[in-house]
Amino acid sequence: MTSIAKPKILHKGLRRNGLGLTMRDYEGGMSTLCAGCGHDSVTAAIVQAFFELDIPPHRAAKVSGIGCSSKTPAYFLGASHGFNAVHGRMPSIATGASAANRELYIIGVSGDGDSLSIGLGQFAHAVRRNLNMLYIIENNGVYGLTKGQFSASADIGAKAKKGEENRQPPIDPVQMALALGGTFVARSFSGDKEQLVPLIKAGLLHKGFALIDVLSPCVTFNDHEASTKSYAYTRTHRSTAVEADFVPARAAIQTSYAEGEIVDVELHDGSRVRLRKVSKDYDPGNRGAALDYIRSRHRAGEIVTGLLYIDESEPHFHVMNGTTQTPLASLSYESLCPGSAALEALQRRFR
Amino acid sequence: MEPTKTQGTEYFHRVVDCQWACPAHTDVPEYIRLISLGRFDDAYLLNRRSNVFPGILGRVCDRPCEPACRRGRVEEKPVAICRLKRAAADHRGDITSRLPKAPAVRNGKRVALVGAGPASLSVANDLLPLGYECVIFEAHDKPGGLMRTNIPAFRLPASVLDEEIGYIVDMGADLRLSTPVKSMRALLDEGFDAIFVGSGAPKGKDLDLPGRRDTDRIHIGIQWLESIAFGHVDSIGERVLIIGVGNTAMDCCRSALRLGAKDVKVMARKPRQFFKASEWELEDAEEERVEIVVNHSPKAFVVEDGKLVGMRFDKLEYDLDERGRIVGSRVVEEVLIPCDDVVLAIGQENAFPWIERDLGIEFDKWGVPVVDPVTFESTRAGVFFGGDAAFGPKNIIWAVEHGHQAAISIHLHCRGRPLTERLPRGVTLSSAKMGIHEWSYSNAFDPSERRLVPHVDLKSRFKRLDIEVELGFTPEQIATEVERCLNCDLQTVFTSDLCIECDACIDICPVDCLTIARNADAPELERSLKAPRLNPEQPLFVSAPLKQTGRVMVKDENLCVHCGLCAERCPTGAWDMQKSRVVIPYAADQSTEAEVPCRKIG
Repeated sequence: MTSIAKPKILHKGLRRNGLGLTMRDYEGGMSTLCAGCGHDSVTAAIVQAFFELDIPPHRAAKVSGIGCSSKTPAYFLGASHGFNAVHGRMPSIATGASAANRELYIIGVSGDGDSLSIGLGQFAHAVRRNLNMLYIIENNGVYGLTKGQFSASADIGAKAKKGEENRQPPIDPVQMALALGGTFVARSFSGDKEQLVPLIKAGLLHKGFALIDVLSPCVTFNDHEASTKSYAYTRTHRSTAVEADFVPARAAIQTSYAEGEIVDVELHDGSRVRLRKVSKDYDPGNRGAALDYIRSRHRAGEIVTGLLYIDESEPHFHVMNGTTQTPLASLSYESLCPGSAALEALQRRFR
Repeated sequence: MEPTKTQGTEYFHRVVDCQWACPAHTDVPEYIRLISLGRFDDAYLLNRRSNVFPGILGRVCDRPCEPACRRGRVEEKPVAICRLKRAAADHRGDITSRLPKAPAVRNGKRVALVGAGPASLSVANDLLPLGYECVIFEAHDKPGGLMRTNIPAFRLPASVLDEEIGYIVDMGADLRLSTPVKSMRALLDEGFDAIFVGSGAPKGKDLDLPGRRDTDRIHIGIQWLESIAFGHVDSIGERVLIIGVGNTAMDCCRSALRLGAKDVKVMARKPRQFFKASEWELEDAEEERVEIVVNHSPKAFVVEDGKLVGMRFDKLEYDLDERGRIVGSRVVEEVLIPCDDVVLAIGQENAFPWIERDLGIEFDKWGVPVVDPVTFESTRAGVFFGGDAAFGPKNIIWAVEHGHQAAISIHLHCRGRPLTERLPRGVTLSSAKMGIHEWSYSNAFDPSERRLVPHVDLKSRFKRLDIEVELGFTPEQIATEVERCLNCDLQTVFTSDLCIECDACIDICPVDCLTIARNADAPELERSLKAPRLNPEQPLFVSAPLKQTGRVMVKDENLCVHCGLCAERCPTGAWDMQKSRVVIPYAADQSTEAEVPCRKIG
């Protein structure tokens, strides 16, 4: 807990975005997480991404489940829509919200406990549905809220704070999403906003399900010497496969990069994700190769980060389900509730 | 960039902008905190230790602290530091028992002080408790110097002056009123161990234009104010022109209104942004309907039949460059402005007709004595200058600081020690952490705007010459204004070895003054800052390389509001809020070891 709230000081160096808003307008309540929690950095990255994309805060819907991670939507976008679901059930709420209003930017924040144990089924089907949302997993390998028990993402051999060793294999949400047909799969680190912010921007504008697995150290229960999800371990074992820059639609195209190193992927609104391959033989458009690469690097003790796979061509949830273009809230009463005659006609089709 | 050296005194002292800007280095944040606790006596005495005259300065200080105040960079107006000083003086109880006292046995050394103004009184204040015999020679029949003669009573009541001067004189100073020093040679012959000249800059500048000698209705500002102060002048014509636009001009125009003038114009040669007067003094004059006329250059006094009827001016137009400097001017027309009296307030100089030029006391070609800027000693050993007498007109708070430094020098001189053997300044730091989320200061940012001191209404204030216009803050205003102070003396102290680069401090900082970046040369590092560096005069703090990535923590000192959130959100204690205290040595702090026989003057 922090004893005082972050004061809103409109200092002279404060930037304003295209809407005339400052970063302060994208913040939320005061964080009650532990000091130094990685999640707070992810929160700050989300604030920066929304601010820089000029998205009006009220055009966003934030959804979450249960856990430290799932508390964080209270700390950003104070002027947006939000729903704190029961444990592991955030994807259902997100599906409903998305179906009712496809114009909203839906951002789900979950944790390794919420998504990889109790909510694993919900998570898998959200990927499969290619639900149009950004899904962030704040992954720290422990249940922080219940005092540091191993979660399903804990690595074999990792030790808990009191010395107990984990012997069960971890579930990697990135590999799962790739296997399930995910169309935007990324991994990042809460301690690297230069990488994380462009990924969040691209994920928000991606049409379909965008997963960012963010290694977000638990400073209280999992930031010790024998941890494999500490700040220090992540920094020393992290490798970047692809660097992704987000290029807004209005920016001029610059082609100063050498041929073959740079791949531009255009998003639906004309903005682009500029991928710079750090590893020569890596192809973020090849699902099988991506999986192989991540597995082999994992065996070598490396955590691969970056925008690992992207496919803008797959049909997303709204296309597959033919949802209404107009948000339900904007439809007239007559079209939402066409009366008993229309119901009769509908029922006759099933007789 | 190289890691910032925070050892030594300069770095953390500079962060406390007000204290850095104050010539006497008054511990502003600490006395404001004492006021907030209702400890007015302690706040008063803390003030008195550095600036000697809190009640006087709380009304009429030139306030170099306020333009420097960090609050003025975060929002528009600085903390009302000066008026809070007055609040401490207004609400104090009887503090006489806590004032310094002279010892029962004197130390046998005699010091002559010329002029009973703020500089000499400060010297006496520092030397009397050490056992010195201080003889103060004053030309007028009341002590105070320009504080009494040049500052009108409606800004500084005589009772305030009497009380605070009394604290010093009552320690046992030998105050000889109506005793002007006519000859330095004679004074030297009296065998004092040291002489301090604090006789001010008593000569007002004249304006030698056609018609100047043809009338007796042209007055020199500081002499005229002095005549008012001593009751020799009690009326003036209906239409008055004040020439000059410094703080003396503001005192002249407001005094004229109180002597019966109906139409007072302050005539300025340049546009407003070049005025010498403090913004608040201009505001106070304009509140009293004084008209300030810009771009008028005096040309001649118009005297008809021995009677002053007006003044001719050239009306000017100025060319400014892109940085706002004057690069050219031309006369547009000539205008005649009718008037009954003119007051010249165009500056003042020091004058020493009483110092013989063959005593080894050197003067430069402008007649200003050659004085060491550190020791305040003249070219003759044992003769010291301070206040306006030393380097020309400054202000009271500078005179006080000169007094402190001269007292140290006199103390060293009288014990036969080199004057350069001065104690250095120090800075002490101690953690302000009281508990898990508790700090030993009010760290929450209060967004309140600056309080305005209530004034006596415009109808009543002119009834008498000595009705004090400012009423002082109400208790409610004090309670609000103290919380505007940002506690700059609560330093953000960074220990780079402890940082795990979690970004918590950067994410929480409400003014975006922190950045972790790859180290580079200054311009490149500045480009990577989270908020642009708008004030290059404020330092950047650059840490040693951080353990995990070798990057550096950078803090732009310009905007930090010392809310302590960085330290609050730091999981490892790499950031800590530490209370700093700048230790300023005074004469009493100088070593009292081994007395050496006193060197004689000369």
